[in-house]
Amino acid sequence: MHIPDGYLGPTTFITMYLIMIPIWLYAGYWVQKNLRTRQVPYLALAAAFSFVIMMFNVPVPGGSSGHAVGSALVAIILGPWAAVVTTSCALLIQCLIFGDGGITAFGANCFNMGTVIPFVGYFLYKLIAGKSSIDSYRRIAAAAIGGYFGLGIAAGVAGFEMGIQPILEHTAAGVPLYMPYGLNVTVPAMLIDHFGFFCWVELIVTGLAFAYIARNSPDVIFNYKSEIEQYSKTDANRGVAPA
Amino acid sequence: MPTGEWLQREASKMDIMGKFNKLDKTFKVLVIALIVLMVCVPVGLIASGTAFGEWGPDELQQAVGYVPTGFQQLTGLWSAPLDGYDLPGNHPDIPTQTPGYYVSAIVGVLVAAAIAYGIGKVIIKRND
Repeated sequence: MHIPDGYLGPTTFITMYLIMIPIWLYAGYWVQKNLRTRQVPYLALAAAFSFVIMMFNVPVPGGSSGHAVGSALVAIILGPWAAVVTTSCALLIQCLIFGDGGITAFGANCFNMGTVIPFVGYFLYKLIAGKSSIDSYRRIAAAAIGGYFGLGIAAGVAGFEMGIQPILEHTAAGVPLYMPYGLNVTVPAMLIDHFGFFCWVELIVTGLAFAYIARNSPDVIFNYKSEIEQYSKTDANRGVAPA
Repeated sequence: MPTGEWLQREASKMDIMGKFNKLDKTFKVLVIALIVLMVCVPVGLIASGTAFGEWGPDELQQAVGYVPTGFQQLTGLWSAPLDGYDLPGNHPDIPTQTPGYYVSAIVGVLVAAAIAYGIGKVIIKRND
């Protein structure tokens, strides 16, 4: 899903940078406000983990390949805004040192993989987990499903950004200047490759790692305490209500 | 090697281990999991196909019969030092790509962790 230089025209890649600037700034603000110094090593570990997981390319029939991203997991453990920071770190290095993902497309890639995956993943996790206990199977399933759909929806968004290029950027004669394939090709191709294959890797990785952390040190999860307080309060209210 | 220097180096190594042992168990297990993933990283080389929308100019030429002019201008804008997670040179198969892939995993993990750690150190002040 790392869009290289040349696939997005200036209208799209400048827009994506403009969208990302406030997201990066707010993410920094959120991390400052909500994380503690003892969580800094986890932030570093999360960026390193994202980087490595993206090196595990999975082949798909037809000769293409792709990979999981791991940012839904980071979103659930450290918060979606922290996942914006850690995934952007991994993407920056991939772009500058390894030529994976373009410099012009960096904003778009940070939006797709560093913002859409964490937020879709996190909100689905919250929605499905409900008030289930931290070590329940339901919560593990919630994390895994969050990972699955986070990656898949982000792939659809990336497909959309590429697919609108022939409409936005073409010569007077109508020849595409950047991505030559339209939405009818890019969106289905991205969705099928991801939902059919790479999302399953994301599902397994997110579910396994979440299960381990939730059962061994749930206090690492960024909103663990506030959730417990919230639930015990509602339990207390329930107890008082009949009186 | 002078004894003093050797002792100093050994002492600093032990300090890293000391710091590592002080970390909580979950973090240590996750670090070990990360190292295991790094050891297994050549598995990622088996899939040799290019991802959708990440083709080079040649592949695009073959697929649609031309290289879009805007694409031509932007592609190759940046030449990365470890381009394609590989060391410079021609490495056509998995055995020759493996050393570069390992170097990439190590460099990538260390630099990604260092940047995220640096950002965290600078902006996070809460200690409660």
